[in-house]
Amino acid sequence: MTTATGNKSHAATTSDHADLAGKFNKDEPRVDWHDQTLWFIRKKRDKAAWQIPEWEELREAASQIKNNVLSNLRSYLLEFERNAQQNGITVHWAADAEEHNRIVYDILEKAGIDKVVKSKSMLTEECHLNEYLAAKGVEVIDTDLGERIVQLAGEPPSHIVLPCIHWKKEEIGQLFSEHLGTPEGNSDPQFLTAAARIHLRQHFMSSRLAITGVNFAVAETGEFVVCTNEGNADLGVQLADIHIACMGIEKIIPKRKHLGVFLRLLARSATGQPITTYSSHFRRPRKGQTMHIVLVDNGRSERLGSADFRNALKCIRCGACMNTCPVYRRSGGHSYHYAIAGPIGAILAPGLDMKKHADLPFASTLCGSCSHVCPVKIDIHDQLYRWRQVLTQNGHVGFLKTTSMKGMSAVLSSHNLYQFAGSAGRWLLKHLPFLINNRFNAWYKQREMPRSPGKSFGEWYRANRKHGDE
Amino acid sequence: MKVALFIPCYVDQFYPHVGVATLELLEKLGVNVSYPEKQTCCGQPMANSGFEHLTDACCDHFIENFSGYDYIVSPSGSCVLHIKDHLHSVPREQEATQIRGKVLELTEFLVDILKVKHIKSRFNHKVGLHQSCHGQRGLKLSQMSELISLPFSKPEALLQMVSGLELISLDRKDECCGFGGTFCVGEEAVSVKMGKDRIADHLQYGAEFITGNDMSCLMHLEGILRRQKSSTQVIHIAEILNTSS
Repeated sequence: MTTATGNKSHAATTSDHADLAGKFNKDEPRVDWHDQTLWFIRKKRDKAAWQIPEWEELREAASQIKNNVLSNLRSYLLEFERNAQQNGITVHWAADAEEHNRIVYDILEKAGIDKVVKSKSMLTEECHLNEYLAAKGVEVIDTDLGERIVQLAGEPPSHIVLPCIHWKKEEIGQLFSEHLGTPEGNSDPQFLTAAARIHLRQHFMSSRLAITGVNFAVAETGEFVVCTNEGNADLGVQLADIHIACMGIEKIIPKRKHLGVFLRLLARSATGQPITTYSSHFRRPRKGQTMHIVLVDNGRSERLGSADFRNALKCIRCGACMNTCPVYRRSGGHSYHYAIAGPIGAILAPGLDMKKHADLPFASTLCGSCSHVCPVKIDIHDQLYRWRQVLTQNGHVGFLKTTSMKGMSAVLSSHNLYQFAGSAGRWLLKHLPFLINNRFNAWYKQREMPRSPGKSFGEWYRANRKHGDE
Repeated sequence: MKVALFIPCYVDQFYPHVGVATLELLEKLGVNVSYPEKQTCCGQPMANSGFEHLTDACCDHFIENFSGYDYIVSPSGSCVLHIKDHLHSVPREQEATQIRGKVLELTEFLVDILKVKHIKSRFNHKVGLHQSCHGQRGLKLSQMSELISLPFSKPEALLQMVSGLELISLDRKDECCGFGGTFCVGEEAVSVKMGKDRIADHLQYGAEFITGNDMSCLMHLEGILRRQKSSTQVIHIAEILNTSS
């Protein structure tokens, strides 16, 4: 570790989220709409959770199961591999995103396939599989409706569960009229959904290969479970000759019975539904079908070795921390410039690339709502705090901030300096307010400065109380 | 019972009347309060910005000032939480550990230690309570809406004892105000938007005052209220509890 160096480019990096959030906030009614939409989902989550009297016990059970998985990951993975192979599934291991993408492409190439349908998988977003395959001339059709919408728009998802939550129905109507030929001006959700259905059916029918993500992989049986609301994973897989399931190695759970804990938590936390419409179990390829699983590390083993950050690997990708986050709701998913936005993204992303994502752990007030809404009890806001320390120690925080913090530290550890700085500050605020109340002061842009009281409490105390113990 | 009063740096400098109200309130309740005069700050502004490694001198200074008391009481949930979670010292770790166990936010001291059941104060106004996150979720001064658990609130219980005070309800009773330390300038746009939204929730239910137990949140909300030229004011909970009946 090095101490803060004040590299200028680092300073620029740390303002990324703030800049993008600033742009998002130029349209205040849209921010209100975005905030209210996601808060509505948070309230639905609350309502669903309140219907389960043992909710907090469920969270604790889920947390402990995941802790056990992380402590025994190697043996569960090997158990899973053994059982999956016995079931007739081909198991691949990928050390990083590049290897994952190559494995997927090799399967495609060997089968002579240049078009795939893909249901939602945050792992493939993390690995940038779509871009990789596109560069190789493979057409990838995202079949989750929200993902298809952002794909048509040429954008990444802004939310892991609700990829196009930042789009209004009128805008989707416009997008569909451009890409799917729906009548201009028609933004009726039912009509647009039907149009998407017809559009996606054509792709389902004509694709020989389907890619899915994995929500849970069961070590004891070698099966895996994919949760969707639209049935798009099933439709893709049932019509395709080849099924490739891509999963991060942390998606393992020991036993099938543990699904009884996680399936109850997942959809309630995500959208307030008791369960996703489809919880599809895949155990063995049907006759004539080939099934592959790609187990991806991509930084996970390294994180597993870090006591401070390992339990982020417990994440089941429900998105509850995003819906509850007052900053996410008012800055939008794209302001996080990473496949996984919001609080969980802000603690995962710096683990992959500290320099690129140095701004994210600072995009939080540390209010703690995320950690308490999390169904597997990840200490998200504490990790945000710890990431700040790591980023600073590694020189990813700008020169100005470093210098001012050193100054602040000197002032606040000496009573005399503190008293002097305090009086000087109050004097300036009272007598030369224009030195403080100007455009260089981010506080003052939309807020008044506190009124200068003249005397500090310490000064009042010395004048009014003689029985201090000093 | 020897009690030390810990007045956070920005309260000392900008809101001395909150310190006075806290001191007078504790004295009225018969507590023997000392104010260690050389105190400065808990170190949170540096630590939350990622500079915890620069807080050693600040921690030692805090220990120097606050060792040997039965309780350390402060009118700020955030600063108390920071001490509880992060006060450490290589040469004086034993004292640091003792302090971490003895530091209390004002309302929890009143409710849990003094077991206050009645307060002789009157405040004839409609008041909204802003639950500051560090006090609420960190110190567990009140139940948070994320947990499926029975509600309670120490600051609310105290406000209910005040004659004439009408406590309004809010749509989002524990949403963050957006202050967040250096977040308030580093993420100025989101910070202000969060503050504006919090204020709007209080105003729609007719709050004449917004109160809370963290002056930092209230300073942020006050800055926006004054810019909006609103007649609604912020007031620290100690000031309300210290009014005469």
